[in-house]
Order: sequence, then structure tokens, then C-alpha cells
Amino acid sequence: MLTKRIIPCLDVDRGRVVKGVSFVNLRDAGDPGELAAFYDREGADELVFLDITASSDGRDTMVEVVERVSSQVFIPLTVGGGIRSVDDMRRMLEAGADKVAVNTAAVRDPGLIELGAKEFGSQCIVLAMDVKRVERPLGVLGDSRALAEAPWQVYTHGGRFPTPIDPVKWARASVELGAGELLVTSMDSDGQKTGYDLELLSAVSRAVSVPLIASGGAGKVEHMHDALTVGMADAALAASVFHFGELRISGVKSFLGERGLPVRHTPGERSEGARWS
Amino acid sequence: MSARIAVVNTRAANIHSVEKALSKVGASHEVVSGPSGLLDSDAAVLPGVGAFDAAMRALREQGLIGALRDFAASGRPLLCVCLGMQILLEGSEEGGLAGLGLISGSVKRLPEGMTGPGGEPLKIPHMGWNSVRFGSDDGSRHPLFRGIEDGSHFYFVHSYSCDPSDRSVVAARADYGVEICAAVAWGEIVGVQFHPEKSGETGLRIYENLVSQVFPSARAVG
Repeated sequence: MLTKRIIPCLDVDRGRVVKGVSFVNLRDAGDPGELAAFYDREGADELVFLDITASSDGRDTMVEVVERVSSQVFIPLTVGGGIRSVDDMRRMLEAGADKVAVNTAAVRDPGLIELGAKEFGSQCIVLAMDVKRVERPLGVLGDSRALAEAPWQVYTHGGRFPTPIDPVKWARASVELGAGELLVTSMDSDGQKTGYDLELLSAVSRAVSVPLIASGGAGKVEHMHDALTVGMADAALAASVFHFGELRISGVKSFLGERGLPVRHTPGERSEGARWS
Repeated sequence: MSARIAVVNTRAANIHSVEKALSKVGASHEVVSGPSGLLDSDAAVLPGVGAFDAAMRALREQGLIGALRDFAASGRPLLCVCLGMQILLEGSEEGGLAGLGLISGSVKRLPEGMTGPGGEPLKIPHMGWNSVRFGSDDGSRHPLFRGIEDGSHFYFVHSYSCDPSDRSVVAARADYGVEICAAVAWGEIVGVQFHPEKSGETGLRIYENLVSQVFPSARAVG
């Protein structure tokens, strides 16, 4: 049976992991290679690296990071942040990424999804979107007609700029263009630790045939369970709850497993006892 | 001296991952883009992701179609990954070009509208870690899968799947609404639908097994 995936997300700035793992005794918690290996041992099913480097010249270091991590860790790697062209995609894939996530550049030019999918296959192209609930004064309809019905809107540039795009329609369009997976982040929930936006997740998941990664809002293990059941997501992503040791991946997986969700346990874990047998 | 493993240049995005896995298990390897490099090697890996026709075109342009058939006929180990497995067959619903035809049968699109055990809709592509049951109908297990616990999880990403006409070549299975042919084996030709180079330590074991198959003493030494 296909398992539900648990994915830690690492923010990388000029080759260093920021908001690094604080609870484990790593020699260098800012080193992407060491952290990737740590999460691999913890049982991560996949890793997402988000390049938050502001300057374009700093981006070359991301290629080196991907090169290094993919030589040490043999689980799928997705790289996002600053992917603007097919050439950017190729550099990351050649460095060892398995998938590239596009966000702002795909909103600006949806053709990028199509070009990437044609060149590398849909399985390499992840459409990432940052989504926020539309704010409307009580009793007053929104002034934008495009937003009249959609409860959410897509933001670009790391959540700085609103667009009139409805995430459900955008999800459908991007899959038609060739996106092979969606990474949906709720900006309302992100960092709140109050749970994922389940309504958003299930609305998007229902609209498309491709897998969906839930992001934004994980605070406790129940939230991940809800995202994977009520939210109909195929994978749950989290950053700080893992980095700060509030949740351990192995703990999340045994919680999910005990509640009947299929999860993957690594050989090391399995040998620990009959718990998952 | 260690065995040299050719990584066939299908111009697919996962060539680099395969190379890294081979490096990790200490195998000397080289990406080959023509018949001579392939035919000089002791074993070969045929990686692939993306589209069936694109992979066949890449092979044709490099003169590798005949060379791969000759290589397979020579009885040297050939490990074909994901789309590399699919092009072993005669053709695919995904494309119009003929496959290598080393295994009879064709490649079919995963059925739409399937549901999981909880009634949830199953997505296409089949993407993620799925449990794999190893073993052929006669109960045998191919040496490439030695030492791997039955039911271990491997990473899959595909929308099409192999349907070999001779079911005795099916060497592993997975479930995704329907039974998926997770591996085929015919003599030294092995195809896996999953990505061993992306399936952690368990996946690397397949590459280790490949190395020890080509160069049996490597196991005794290492």
C-alpha cells in the first residue's frame, strides 16, 4: 500500500540552513548535508529545500548544496525558491534534485510548467502556491469580481504580493499544463501551530488527480493526521516543529500508523521492536 | 580491479541519482553515450524518467538500441529503472515508438478512478513509498533482490505500468488499487518500476547486489 509521506522542509540561505535544528547534538546544525542525513535517519520520506537567498549570485551555492546532499542522502529531494527558467530547473536536476518547485515564476508565466514538464517529465515539476483567505469586511462583498466567489487567493514573492488567482482553479490549470505534484501552503496557518487549513487542502485535492503536499500550520501530530485524512493530502510538510524537536518524525509515523494510516518505517526503526509489525 | 558499470545515457533527469548511488556503493561507473562504451562494460544500468518516446529517441540517436539488445544477449547484468524498465517491453500506451522488445508485453496507463482501502481516490501519478513483495510465481527471488526484507518500501513515481504477457517474468509486485508489476526479471535482465537510487539504504542494497553479481569477490573483500 502506498504510504503517506512526512516531509521536513529546510530553508537555505547562501548555502546554510537557517532556523536550524536546535535539539540534536549535531556538529553543525546549519550544514544542509548534516541535517539531511539527520532527517533521513529519523525516517523522513522526502526532503524539501527552499532557497531563500535574496541575491542571485548567492544561488550558485544552492547548486553545490544539492550536489552534496544528493551524494549522501538517497531519498527524494525537492528544491524550490528562485526557479525561474528551464535552465534553472536543469541546473538543480543535474545537481541531484529529483523535483523542482516553481511558485512566483509560474504565476507570471504558466508556460514554464509546460516547458519544464516537456523537458524533464511531470514527475519533476512541483507547483508550489502560497494561499491566504480573502479578507472581506463583514457583510460587504469583496470589490474584486474575480474574487467574488473564491474564499482564498494566491500570493507570490514569498507571500508578499496578492494576486486575484483562485488556488483551486490555479491547481487545476497547473496540472493541465503538466505539474506532477502540488505543494500548498496556507499563509493563515503558517507558523501558527493551530493546524493545516483543511478546507483549502481538501478543496485543492478534490480538484486535481496529482498528489498534494500539505504545508503550513503543523503544531501537533493530530494536525498531520487531519491533513492526511480530512484534508485529503498525500504528504504532510513541516519545518519548525521538526527543527525544534517538538515533533519527531518517528513519533509522527507511529501515531499515524496506530490510527490505521499506511506509513513507511525505515529498517532501523523496524528492528526496534514489534510496535510496527 | 573492480567491475565497470555503464550508465546508459537516456538523457533522463535521474541519471545523476543513479551515478551517485553507484558511487556510494563503491562501483566504478561511467555514463555511456554510444555502443562501444556500453559493449565494453561488465554491467549496465538503464535509467529513465519522463516520456517513453523521448527515451527511445535518445537511444536511437546514440545508436544504442541494437547495442542494448546485443548487451542483453551477452548475458551481462542489465538493471533497468522506472521508464528504463518500461522500454524493455514492446510498446506503451504513452507513446507511438516501439520499445526494445526484450520482454514481451506492453506498458499501460494506470487505471483512473481507483480508490484506496479507505475509499479515498488514488492519485495518478503513483508517487511515494509503496510496499513491495518480492518473488516470482515459482517462488524464486532474483539475486539482485537478495537480502531485502519482503514488504520493504520503495519510492515510486509513475503513471504507466508494465504488463508483461509472460507472467513468469514478474519478479515483484506492489498494490495501488490494482496490482502493479514492480519488477521484471528474465535471466540477467532486470527491470524495476521503483527508484532504488531514491529508496534509502534498502534501495542501495540493489546496487550493492548488482556490484557483487558482476564481481563476486567484491563481497568477500568488502
